Amino acid sequence: MSCSTDGVIPESAASGTGTPVIAVRGLAKHFGRVQALRSVDLDVHKGEVVGLIGDNGAGKSTLVNILSGALQPNAGTIWLDGQPVTFASPLEARHAGIETVYQDLSLAPDLSVWQNIFLGREKTVKGPLGLVGWLDRRSMTREAEANLDRTHIRIGSVNSLAGRLSGGQRQAVAVGRAVSWGSRVLLLDEPTAALGVEQQETVGELIRSVSSGGVPILLVTHNLPQVHRLADRVAVLFHGHVVADLRCSDVTVDDMVSWITGAALGTERHAD
Amino acid sequence: MRLSLPSALTPGGTVTNGSGPEGEPSRRSALLNAIDRFGDYWVLGVFVIMVLVFGFLSPSHDLFTRASWLNVSQYAVEFLLLAIGQTFVIITGGIDLSDGAVLGFTGMVAGVVMQSLLGAHANVTLTTVIGFATALLLGAAIGFVNGYLITRFKLPPFIVTLGSLTAIGAGATPLINGGNEVINLPSQIGTIGQTLIGGWVYVPVLVTTVSCVIMGLVLHRTRFGLRTYAIGSNNMGARRAGIGVDNHLVRVYMISGLLAGLAGMMVMANFTDASPLAGQNDELNAIAAVVIGGASLFGGRGHMLGTVVGTFIIALLVTGLVLVGVSGSWQEVATGVIVVAAVAGDQVRLRLGER
Repeated sequence: MSCSTDGVIPESAASGTGTPVIAVRGLAKHFGRVQALRSVDLDVHKGEVVGLIGDNGAGKSTLVNILSGALQPNAGTIWLDGQPVTFASPLEARHAGIETVYQDLSLAPDLSVWQNIFLGREKTVKGPLGLVGWLDRRSMTREAEANLDRTHIRIGSVNSLAGRLSGGQRQAVAVGRAVSWGSRVLLLDEPTAALGVEQQETVGELIRSVSSGGVPILLVTHNLPQVHRLADRVAVLFHGHVVADLRCSDVTVDDMVSWITGAALGTERHAD
Repeated sequence: MRLSLPSALTPGGTVTNGSGPEGEPSRRSALLNAIDRFGDYWVLGVFVIMVLVFGFLSPSHDLFTRASWLNVSQYAVEFLLLAIGQTFVIITGGIDLSDGAVLGFTGMVAGVVMQSLLGAHANVTLTTVIGFATALLLGAAIGFVNGYLITRFKLPPFIVTLGSLTAIGAGATPLINGGNEVINLPSQIGTIGQTLIGGWVYVPVLVTTVSCVIMGLVLHRTRFGLRTYAIGSNNMGARRAGIGVDNHLVRVYMISGLLAGLAGMMVMANFTDASPLAGQNDELNAIAAVVIGGASLFGGRGHMLGTVVGTFIIALLVTGLVLVGVSGSWQEVATGVIVVAAVAGDQVRLRLGER
C-alpha cells in the first residue's frame, strides 16, 4: 500500500508550524473495564481543518466529549496555545476557547435567530433598566444581521424562529453563534449528518471560510468524501489510538477507509 | 461581550446558497409566521365572540353592565395572579399544581399571624404589612422547596407540585386555626378589598393588573424572560449556552409561589376573611387560562397577554353561563372542553411547523 503519512503516531507538537492551537498528548479514558481511549495524540494548528474519523466505537465521541468538557480523561493532557488545561464542565471548555457545535445544534426552536445567537450572553441596555436585565434588542438584532450577512447564507430575517429554518440555515446559525463567542478552536460534531447534498455543500463552504479566517476546526464526521474535500489533515482513530495522521492531498478516500478498518495498519505492520 | 465574527468569516469568500429548499425561505417563513400569528390571536377572537354571544343572550344584556364587569374582574383576580406565575412555569416546560393550595395556606397563615398581632394590640397598619410580608415570603419559600426538589433530585414537576398540593392543601391548611376561618383581621384588609377606584376598578384588580404588566415585561423584554423561554424550548441547549438552568427554574417556581401568596392576600381582601377553602381548584383554572392563552405544555411557548385573555375567557364562561341560566356544573364541562381544544390546537400547530 502506497500511503505516505506524516507518521503513524505524531510524537511531538513540533510536527506542524509553530505552537498548535490545541494539542492532545496521551489522552486516555475508560468506562469501567472498557478502554474507550488508550493514548490519543492530536495537534490542530491555526487555520487548519482537521478531520477526525474512525469507525463506530473507535473513540470519536469520547474524544469529542473530553475536548468539549463533558467528560474528564483518566490520563493525558490537553494543551491550548501551549498551556495545559483541564475542564470540569463544558462551560469551562468554552471559557478556555473550545467551542463545540453539537450534532443537534443546541438551538432553541421557539426562539428567534438573534435570540439564539445571543443566548447566554445577552446584551442589556445601559442605565437602570439594564440592571434588571432589560434586553437591548435593537443592537442584538443588528449585530446578528451583520454577522449572518458575512456567512452569505440567507436566513430571511433574524427574527425568524430557529425552528422554522432549513437544516443548512440552522447549521449556519449554530456555527455563526459558535464563532462569535470568540473561540480559539471550533469542534464540529457530524455537522452534515442530517443534511441533503446541496446543504452539505453550503456547510462545507461555511467551514472553509471560518478556518481561513484563522479559527481552526476539528471536524468529526462519518462523511469521508466530504472530509477529504474539506480537511487539510485527517486523524484516524482506531481502537482508542490515533493510528494515522494523514494529509488529505496525499491520500484517497479509499486509503482512509483502509485506515479506519485497520487494514492499512495490518499492512504497515507487515511492512515493518 | 462583543459579538465578532469578522476575522473568521470574511476572507474565505462567499458561502453560496443552493437554490433548492433554501431558495425561498422568505415565502416559506411568511406562511408559517402567519400560522404562528393566527395561533396567537385566535383566542382573542374566541373571547370577543363569547362576549357578544353571552351579552346578547343574557336577559336585558346584563353582561354589559358595570355590576357584571366588577363581578367578572373580581373573580378573575383570584386565578389571574396564579396564572401569571403559571405562565412562567409552563413556558419552562413545567407545571405548578400547588399554587391554589399555596394561595389558601399563605392566606390562613397570614390571617393567624395578623389576628394574634392584633390580639397583642400591635399597630394595625404594621400588622397589615407584616401579614402581606408573611404571605409573600411563605409563598416564595414553598416555591423554593418545589423548585429545589425538581432540580436537585430531577423529579417531574407534576409529581413534586402534586405532592405540595396534597401536603399543603389537604394536610397543613386545615390544621391552622382549627380549620376555621380567620375573621379578626385589620380593617385595612377589608378596605383594600372594598375600595373602588373610579367606580370601576377594585384595588385587588389594580394590584393584579400592575403585577401582570410588570411580569409581562419581565417575560417578554428581559434576559430572565428570554432564558425562561430558552429552557423550555431546549433545556440542554440552554445549559450549553451557559445558563444556570437549575437556579433559573428554582426562581421561576419561587415567582409562582410568591404570586400565589399575593393572591392569598387579595382573596382575603375580597372576602374580608381568611378561609381554609380559598384557592381550592384555582390551579386548574390558572393552568387552563395559560393553555387557552396559547402556551405549550411542552414548553418554549406562551404569552402574558394570552394568559390574560385566557383568564377572562374562563371568568366570562362562569359569569356568562350563570347569566344565561345554565347550571354551574356545565361551566366546568365547558372549561374542560376548551382546554382540550387549546392543547389539540397546539399539537396541530406543532405538526404544521415540522413540515
